[in-house]
Amino acid sequence: MIYTRPAAFTPRSAAAPQAEPGDFRVDLQERDRGGPAQPMLIVSGLKKHFDIGGRSIGGQRTVVRAVDGVDFTVRKGETLGIVGESGCGKSTTARLLMHLIQPDAGSIIFDGDEVNAVRGMSISELRRNMQMVFQDSYASLNPRLTIRESVAYGPRVTGLSAAQARARSESLLEMVGLEPSNFANRYPHELSGGQRQRVNIARALAMAPRVLILDESVSALDKSVEAQVLNLLRRLKAELGLTYIFISHDLNVVHYISDRVLVMYLGQVVESGPVDAIYAAPRHPYTRALLSSRPSMDPRRRIETAPLSGDPPNPINPPSGCRFRTRCPQARPQCGQEPPALAPAPGSDSHVVACHFPLSSSATVPSPPAKGALQ
Amino acid sequence: MSTAVATAPAPTASGFRRPSTGFWQTVGRRLSRDPVTLACAAILLLIVLAALFAPWLGLDDPYKQSMVRRLKPFGYQGHWLGTDELGRDMLSRLVYGGRSSLFTGFVPVVLATLIGGLLGIVAGYLGGRWNMVIMRCIDVFYAFPSVLLAVAISGVLGAGQFNSIVSLTLVFVPAVARIAESVTTRVRNEDFVDAARATGASTTSVLFHHVLSNVLGPILVYASSLISVSIVIASGLSFLGLGVTPPNADWGLMLNTLRQSIYVAPVTAILPGIMIFITSMCFSLMSDGLRSAMDVKA
Repeated sequence: MIYTRPAAFTPRSAAAPQAEPGDFRVDLQERDRGGPAQPMLIVSGLKKHFDIGGRSIGGQRTVVRAVDGVDFTVRKGETLGIVGESGCGKSTTARLLMHLIQPDAGSIIFDGDEVNAVRGMSISELRRNMQMVFQDSYASLNPRLTIRESVAYGPRVTGLSAAQARARSESLLEMVGLEPSNFANRYPHELSGGQRQRVNIARALAMAPRVLILDESVSALDKSVEAQVLNLLRRLKAELGLTYIFISHDLNVVHYISDRVLVMYLGQVVESGPVDAIYAAPRHPYTRALLSSRPSMDPRRRIETAPLSGDPPNPINPPSGCRFRTRCPQARPQCGQEPPALAPAPGSDSHVVACHFPLSSSATVPSPPAKGALQ
Repeated sequence: MSTAVATAPAPTASGFRRPSTGFWQTVGRRLSRDPVTLACAAILLLIVLAALFAPWLGLDDPYKQSMVRRLKPFGYQGHWLGTDELGRDMLSRLVYGGRSSLFTGFVPVVLATLIGGLLGIVAGYLGGRWNMVIMRCIDVFYAFPSVLLAVAISGVLGAGQFNSIVSLTLVFVPAVARIAESVTTRVRNEDFVDAARATGASTTSVLFHHVLSNVLGPILVYASSLISVSIVIASGLSFLGLGVTPPNADWGLMLNTLRQSIYVAPVTAILPGIMIFITSMCFSLMSDGLRSAMDVKA
């Protein structure tokens, strides 16, 4: 799992083709610098502690450890699902990746270039390669702009003329299934939630990104619209050769869309691996609890008792050692002493788990819902 | 999983296309349907037009005195609203006084909106330390009651219309800055600002295209409510002898000079007060109308 920067490093300028007016389908092959084996994104030691003011008795600043040393890799063309409870740092991770919030520590390597490093990639370059779709489709559109103007803003900023940006905006709206002649002049409040989220996707794609972060982007939509948008995302990914980071609390949706899954708990990664391996045989007790908390479609397999009780511990003062031990059904004394490192699960090298006593691969999730429960 | 909904196009609106309306169009339409606002606008239009075109209305000279025609009642020898304590035509003086009162009411608000709005938006958008520095300075001014502050500043600067405009501007800047700061802080944390920042746009571009259009509305509503306050305080300053100086016509000043005649000609003496009342109330009601017209989810 250790990737290094390729020896032959192509300068950025040689690999940034100028997009034709109105053509957002920038040749992704040309922009690919590291080759197929180079992961799109290598994140290591990503950290963000929010200062919430006030000092504890020891004189230390009180901080919320929102994201506390997160490592992961995203391969080219895959969809990485990030799951976890509310407040586990999923959205903060997304904002840190976009540098909408400045990370306190950690490095991000985008296709072989370290972001915000001396010889690496600048933040504005990163933002042209990586875009984000937010959860709240209404709050993420400027209410004073028509949707054409909203989508055209990004291309305009990157230096396209007004006419070019407008053309690109319209072709993108068409691509996400919104007929420009009908929709382009509308304001956000004149659209439905699903239509607005399509606009947000178009707006993100207008920057011709290689990576799209979807932060709970379908969570606020009703089920039928959610399915439409998910299928739109799948189609766009295939057409444009995109890489997705898909953040959600909905395990079924993550199962449907992801290739690999990352499970977060209290600002840390507890498990990650191929989606089928994790859903079939989770190695971390937390992942198992999460998966068994899904409501089943089969009334005979109803959940009798909640697999996890209580709220996650306070991220201001997380438990020592393993952070999950306070809610873990199988915690032992060792768990309170040293934090478990993320290590390959026994018998698998693509599946990593941070647990002193990982579950065996034969242990199954107690009551999985029927596959295909999304429909 | 493979049988999931096919790549369906978005459900498009059936058949007809209704015209799309922007925020300001909606506000304008709602304002034009509000009878109170329309009535106030009509009265104000009359007052403002009369003030603007005063020299061409064929009125008497507002400065021409006559010792034999002092404090005459309405309709006396062609003086529709009578004469004042120096025998000057009241109608003419009220119209010319409107020029000065509206000017000292309007200009400080415009200046304060520009200065205070800029300070507040910058403080709100930058946040953190900048916000702290700007807003604490503002708070110092905010600690004084507005009339007292205006009187104090005018007292220091001396009488005169220019000085009273300066002092009123200083009084209103903190109030506008406060509003601008709080609205900007709210807008700044909206996802669409993050989305705009995520395009790599410069701070100025994000401010102009995304923040400004969303904070301008509330700031304008607040500023419009200040106009009536400004007219009243400006008249107050003139009344106290800190604003416009005699023999210039100004509603506040006229109120002061006619004060001694209140037992002789009470109706004439309260005319400037009635003008101040009507004007400031119309501005106030229009501001309310604007506020409710802008209270749309758009």
